[in-house]
Amino acid sequence: MHEAAPVNPWVAFAYLVAGVCFILALRGLSSPATSRRGNRLGMIGMGIAVLTTILTHLPQAAPEGWTVYAPASSLPIAIDWASAAEILAAIAIGAIIGLTTARRIAMTAMPQLVAAFHSLVGLAAVLVGIAAYLNPGAFGISSVVVPMIGEPFNVINPVSKVEMGLGVAIGAITFSGSVIAFLKLNGSMSGKPILLPGRHVINLATLAAILLLVAQFAHTQDAWPFWAVVVLSFAIGFLLIIPIGGADMPVVVSMLNSYSGWAAAAMGFTLGNTAMIITGALVGSSGAILSYIMCRAMNRSFISVIAGGFGATDSGGGGAAAIDRPWKRGSAEDAAFLMQQAEQVIIVPGYGMAVAQAQHALREMGDKLKEHGVRVKYAIHPVAGRMPGHMNVLLAEANVPYDDVFELEDINSEFAQTDVAFVIGANDVTNPAAKTDKSSPIYGMPVLDVEKAKTVLFIKRSMGGVGYAGVDNEVFYRDNTMMLLADAKKMVEEIVKAMD
Amino acid sequence: MDFLSILSIFVLACFVGYYVVWSVTPALHTPLMAVTNAISSVIIVGALIAAAAAGVPGAKWLGLLGVVLASINIFGGFAVTERMLAMYKKKG
Repeated sequence: MHEAAPVNPWVAFAYLVAGVCFILALRGLSSPATSRRGNRLGMIGMGIAVLTTILTHLPQAAPEGWTVYAPASSLPIAIDWASAAEILAAIAIGAIIGLTTARRIAMTAMPQLVAAFHSLVGLAAVLVGIAAYLNPGAFGISSVVVPMIGEPFNVINPVSKVEMGLGVAIGAITFSGSVIAFLKLNGSMSGKPILLPGRHVINLATLAAILLLVAQFAHTQDAWPFWAVVVLSFAIGFLLIIPIGGADMPVVVSMLNSYSGWAAAAMGFTLGNTAMIITGALVGSSGAILSYIMCRAMNRSFISVIAGGFGATDSGGGGAAAIDRPWKRGSAEDAAFLMQQAEQVIIVPGYGMAVAQAQHALREMGDKLKEHGVRVKYAIHPVAGRMPGHMNVLLAEANVPYDDVFELEDINSEFAQTDVAFVIGANDVTNPAAKTDKSSPIYGMPVLDVEKAKTVLFIKRSMGGVGYAGVDNEVFYRDNTMMLLADAKKMVEEIVKAMD
Repeated sequence: MDFLSILSIFVLACFVGYYVVWSVTPALHTPLMAVTNAISSVIIVGALIAAAAAGVPGAKWLGLLGVVLASINIFGGFAVTERMLAMYKKKG
């Protein structure tokens, strides 16, 4: 029998402390004031977990006549310094890549970066799972059987095999799904949904096959079901994400965030490691809650988002953009004049602001208005942008104080007493059809009531295009709306100039 | 640890996660994703164990590669979160 090395109670305690640090790290995010302290605690927790592991698993050189199957405690222990150096080098390489990326990345590229990071967690989980399968003795999850004839062999505990199988499967799905999400967010791949015929049948069949193969693996410990799980899980990750369109990415990124947590938790079960289990549960619930918040903000069920294809087909409601309807066009000077006369202006940013990188110009405009004694507020719809909180980060980057930035529920009642609603790069989240038109695909989605403001200034590239949902926006044609047709950044810069 | 103790920790941690995450202000949802990303790389523990174990070279190399990937995430994730959080300022 392979005896698990006697666990020092301090080791278990150290992992528990690391887990608690991670809980406090998330707790710190309840307010920007405490958030940085939280992040530091997260770093400390990670430091504790890594150091504990390194100190309790110093690489050991194999002495003469050593076999994998011999109980480690019965052997003279010699530390293999070459191996230790390799491990430190691996950490150093990761640190250099990670820190350089974190320093260089543009804030507008944050959704891609998060997707890329998710894919790494997924892949790491797969690698750990495979390593545990190849060397179960090292993970203390197997017993050695010495048969009458032939070589002794490792039998992995059945429960560990189920955990490993599921961990590898979730990790692989996280990896390939995040790679697709990354390519779509990065613009390396069209954000349009790609619909395969019979995809629901294919996906369900593949998921069922993965579960059966995990069961088969747990039952027999054969190699083929294990590798089949790995391959099929990579495939299903691709298949699940390709039919999902660009603006549904907030849900996808949150969901993959959740998966990366569950993958870590599954590996935590395999290793019986509390830090990994606590983290996995935290991250798993975090991603799940964010997905729920995003779905609620679109009034769509999680299933319908995951089934994909939204906005890909010609849905009836709202009809195509009715270009022949009358609308008013305004100039930068008109906009500048209107806003300077206003008492309160509410700015509604959307993904278009991020694409045009207009956040800095926008803040400048806000500053000018404040100099004129105008109250300036920002209204953020939960699904504005490509990931949860995307707009808030961009505004923070442009030095907009966070107490000027409001969530939908907190500011929606104020539009009626507001002189100017300034919509920049948002569309569907302002569409009143969501409140009135039952046939509209966005019916029931909570929207910002911009049309209630005295004047709506709406920056848009051209009148032809429609939003992600493929529906026309009634706001364009209202008497109190003035369309500002231009690139968002250029238009804002011109408005700023006109204010001088 | 036996399966039941591990399961208990897991279930309780899910509840803790549920309440803690609901208390996160929506303005910080992007940093939340970045930091959860960093902490889920605690999976490095498994990679370190595999990398340190002798006997099966394949497992060792996979472990080392896992250590590299998880380290990218840990350092990158915490650093980018720190960078974002430093930008959130109050009025005045």
